[in-house]
Amino acid sequence: MNTVRIIPRIDIKGPNLVKGIHLEGLRVLGNPEEFAQFYYQEGADEIMYQDVVASLYERNGLQDIIRRTSTNIFIPITVGGGIRTIEDIKTTLRAGADKISLNTAAIRNPNLIREASERFGSSTIVVAIEAIKQADGKYLAFVDNGREYTGVNVLEWAQQIQELGAGELLITSVDKEGTGEGYDLELIRQVAASVSIPVIAHGGAGNKQQVGELFKQTTAAATCIASMLHYSSLTKVTTAPADHSKQEGNFDFIKKGKAFNKTEMISISELKSFLNDQSIYCRI
Amino acid sequence: MSTRAKIGIIDYDLSNLFSVMQACKYVGMNAEIVSDPDQFTKYDGLIFPGVGAFGAAMQNLERTGANQALLERVNAGIPLMGICLGMQLLFSSSEEFGDHKGLGIIPGKIVKFSTEKLRVPQIQWNKINEAEPGQWKTSPLENCKAGEFMYFVHSFYALPDRAEDILSTTEYHQTYCSSVQVGHVFACQFHPEKSGPKGLQIYENWFRRLKG
Repeated sequence: MNTVRIIPRIDIKGPNLVKGIHLEGLRVLGNPEEFAQFYYQEGADEIMYQDVVASLYERNGLQDIIRRTSTNIFIPITVGGGIRTIEDIKTTLRAGADKISLNTAAIRNPNLIREASERFGSSTIVVAIEAIKQADGKYLAFVDNGREYTGVNVLEWAQQIQELGAGELLITSVDKEGTGEGYDLELIRQVAASVSIPVIAHGGAGNKQQVGELFKQTTAAATCIASMLHYSSLTKVTTAPADHSKQEGNFDFIKKGKAFNKTEMISISELKSFLNDQSIYCRI
Repeated sequence: MSTRAKIGIIDYDLSNLFSVMQACKYVGMNAEIVSDPDQFTKYDGLIFPGVGAFGAAMQNLERTGANQALLERVNAGIPLMGICLGMQLLFSSSEEFGDHKGLGIIPGKIVKFSTEKLRVPQIQWNKINEAEPGQWKTSPLENCKAGEFMYFVHSFYALPDRAEDILSTTEYHQTYCSSVQVGHVFACQFHPEKSGPKGLQIYENWFRRLKG
């Protein structure tokens, strides 16, 4: 059978889980490991950790987070952010990651995709594309959390990623990311139609109907969801985020204890039963 | 067998040893990673994991003599659990990037999913079903229910020559063999160590059966 995967995406800055809009303006929401554990128990199909700052200084901290997570979470863990070399991939896999997500380094040096998939197996290598729609309707790939222009056409890049041996493709709509307005279905449809490897759609999920539409209207195999799941889970996870440095992000939101009103309050299990009821099958 | 049964996880430079080790620890196995084939005789059971390419894996096994050492242990009746590529390598041959000879413990070959109608690799949770009713009772799948979801990642699948070797089947456009049991050898295409609590149960069952 064909099943779709629901993958909570946990953006990490320093020791904390953060969430932005259009990949910017990061709010600190909590402890990444506790969220990961909560999602595992709720029936997440995989976990995605994305180091959004990926500064050299923080690398050891991230490795520790991966190490601890992989000792008590028995679903696939994908790790992305700042991974540039075969050596970085090896270190991250040894810390307990199952898959590696490449973006910036892959665009700068596409051969890294070939080398990495030959060395570690295609299914270990996910390539992420951050897409921004241009005035002429075309989609271009950006890097560095959607900040840096590359001029690379998304669809051509997607095909090249497949030819180079990547096992999966993660497509983020920077325009929709964090907004809760729904996916960029046109983008995802085009990308999913241009490759035969599984495509993970990311950016814009705000309610269960939109997730249903994604799987009805495109051939995406999975989706990464952040805001909708994180804001729904805030009151259920209790470990306070680490507050040891003012540089680690914006704590205002969590301190005020306000609710986020752009996304539906829903758990992974509720989302999955909704999808199953719509004949969009997933593991329950 | 003693309660201190010792398990070796075979390292041939191409496997997801870390997650396999974590699962072993979690279910209380006394497991360690072993790369020297001369040491295989130290263990009461062997786990043969694997991620990556068939040809490269066989080369690594042949280079160190691990292929012969593994065959000897299997012939001596030591329980073996093969996972993913570790299942495929037990077969006679594979079509992966040219023809390759496998270990030949299970007659049959490894072939590729057709990319015409399917997303390949298959990366998803999929159901396992009994090939024959009641068959799982005497296997590490003993307390799985029919249609249990397991996590799969693969582009190639096994075509065993003998129907009786098939322990479970899975549907991915066609029905294919997702696990086998032949004597003391159990092997699965899916990753029990990545299949949540139900997958961990398979590790636990395999270990308990081994202890007798």
